[in-house]
Amino acid sequence: MKLTRRRFIALSVLAAGGTCLLNRCANPALSPWRFITVGESNLLDALVEQIIPTDEWPGARDAGVTNFIDNQLAGVYSRYQETYRRGLRVIQETCTTKFQKRFEEFSFEEQTQFLKILEAGKMDGLQWGNGFDRHFFHLIRDHSMQGFYGSPRHGGNRNNVSYKMMKLDYPVIIGQNRYNLKSDGK
Amino acid sequence: MGNKHVNAIVVGAGAGGGIVAKELSLTGLSVVLFERGGWATYDDTDTDELRSQRTTVLGNGYGPDDLHYKRVVVNNDGSTTIVLPSEGSYNNIAACVGSGTVSYGAMAWRFMQEDFKLKTTYGSIEGSTLEDWPLTYEDLESCYEKAEWEIGVAGDATQNPFGAPRKKPYPMPPFSHNREAKLMVDAAKRLGYHPFPIPMLRNSIPYHGRPACIRMRTCCGFACPVNAKCGTHNTVIPIAIGSGNCELRINSVVSEILVNDQGKITGVTYFDEKNNKQNQTADLVVISASATETARLLLNSKSKFFPKGIGNENDWVGRNLQGHAYTGAYGIFEEEVYDDFGPGASVAISDFNHHNPGIMGGGVLCNEFIRMPYLFTGVRPPGAARWGKEHKTFQRLNFKRVAQAVGPYQEIPKFESRVEVDPTVKDFRGIPVVRLSGSRHEKDIEGCRFMSEKAELWLKEAGAVHTWQSVGGGKGLSGGQHQAGTCRMGNDPQTSVTDKYGRIHAVPNLFVADGSLNVNNGGFNPVLTIMALGFRVGGYIAGEWLKGNRFK
Repeated sequence: MKLTRRRFIALSVLAAGGTCLLNRCANPALSPWRFITVGESNLLDALVEQIIPTDEWPGARDAGVTNFIDNQLAGVYSRYQETYRRGLRVIQETCTTKFQKRFEEFSFEEQTQFLKILEAGKMDGLQWGNGFDRHFFHLIRDHSMQGFYGSPRHGGNRNNVSYKMMKLDYPVIIGQNRYNLKSDGK
Repeated sequence: MGNKHVNAIVVGAGAGGGIVAKELSLTGLSVVLFERGGWATYDDTDTDELRSQRTTVLGNGYGPDDLHYKRVVVNNDGSTTIVLPSEGSYNNIAACVGSGTVSYGAMAWRFMQEDFKLKTTYGSIEGSTLEDWPLTYEDLESCYEKAEWEIGVAGDATQNPFGAPRKKPYPMPPFSHNREAKLMVDAAKRLGYHPFPIPMLRNSIPYHGRPACIRMRTCCGFACPVNAKCGTHNTVIPIAIGSGNCELRINSVVSEILVNDQGKITGVTYFDEKNNKQNQTADLVVISASATETARLLLNSKSKFFPKGIGNENDWVGRNLQGHAYTGAYGIFEEEVYDDFGPGASVAISDFNHHNPGIMGGGVLCNEFIRMPYLFTGVRPPGAARWGKEHKTFQRLNFKRVAQAVGPYQEIPKFESRVEVDPTVKDFRGIPVVRLSGSRHEKDIEGCRFMSEKAELWLKEAGAVHTWQSVGGGKGLSGGQHQAGTCRMGNDPQTSVTDKYGRIHAVPNLFVADGSLNVNNGGFNPVLTIMALGFRVGGYIAGEWLKGNRFK
């Protein structure tokens, strides 16, 4: 059978799915991300979920904030690529060196404590020197807020979740949203 | 291929330049209007908060872009940082046809009589270049009126007892108040203040062939989807083009003013939309490129006749950079005060604009434009969580219960706050970039504290159960979208850059028409004053031209 382009893609997708089941997409060529690696995405999911956690409304992870950040790192935030690569690596190294655990493996409360130290700029170790801890924390915090509360067109705020949570009708249907059809319109 | 010689070049199609182009082309001068950006439309940015003019984190929806532009900021410790247009410290002003008038909140303030004579009113202030303007409010009154009627303003001046005297009312009736503003109107009256509807460059009724406002949530910081906001892009610039005398050249960046071997200004050098370098000659040149970029262009135009840049013999070009220190307070109400009735700001008090004990000037206080969700993530009382579950809960519970009273405090001008061109850093096109340095006057914060106290009182009276102040006027550099002051007008060539008609001292055919001319920036958003100056400079040139003056 002739291997058409369409069929090649179909096979690739099958292969990717199979691989994922076995070793969690360790092959970078099959990663669904634009800039971050699959390993980084797991860590980033945990970090952004700390910034905007799930409560009665979905949190940052389910709103696609990791996807937003990955999108931007491959685009307008390409200037932050090195910072993310380094910051994510150093967080994981700090966790595994001190506690023999990956960040994602800590309890939610333990993760919160870790981020508070990061925010306060009180991380030990040369790798965190020159205020890199605070700097990286604020970058993740700001980008998480943008991804969760900004326009869904950038890859976050999935299903307009933050707008729904804040009781803002969206998308704005121009003019129409001005009229409350159930009352006298006041 | 050479460009045909024209009578006049206008650099920058914003609030000032669009008006000058219209005044000149209707008088019969042939005009080329240069704009570094293109036409911005609603669909480009839509309701995307992250690219709006208020929150430019993912880029400026209305330009300039991060690829072609950068600036250098001198930090307090003397070190320098290269910043991009999407970063706050760039002090961006929009780069598109109409510039800021496409996406602004559109408050349409006339300065007060005192604003034109601050030195006479308040005396000299140590560490400040405080000065009277070379013209009075009365000199500019007819130009304000033209701006209000030709661009279009909705308001009711009779409700503001502190407004400067005027001959004609606004052409359109004022806007109605939303829920929050109604509470604040009543509260202001109970406090003995004088609330009135904010005059707006926005159609409250159909005007000049464009429809009335539909009260979008996304107004301030965004283009209008129905063209109800009045800027130069949908008023004077189309009229100028329609005259047949004005060619608008978009995506064209002017890099230098041409000087011939007799030291005369003969035109400009620019990069066209394909980034090819070209010359355009003219009888006269008007620069309306904003306080930062106008200064940059003059300083980048060095020759043996102007070794320090044009108009800069006394080192005054780029000096006295000022914006506004925004200051006020927030209040949380028990009930929802947000009714999604845009753009949000509609009530003002001008009770604290001048003659306040112990401080110079003051400013108008207004309720604020609607803060979109990401902007609101930074609105928290002192001590409140900045992330995590508590932050999210605050966002959910209080987005519709927070009101803000805020205003632009008139900053005290400082000689050391300045625009220079950087000695080494160049932009995409190889043009030396703006270098910003300096800080606000140390007394600004006193005026800000005073205004913030009044704002907090106002919110409390309106029923806010929890209030906190956000005091502006910190030590940082000020410019932003209200940037002004860098080519000050004056009668004395030793201490100013232009004369009282915006003409560069000792250069017969080179004018400035933008916020650079402002000797000080008022306790108001400056755009209507910039428009009035456009009518003044453009009207002066047109009048002289008709008398046969060719500015040689």
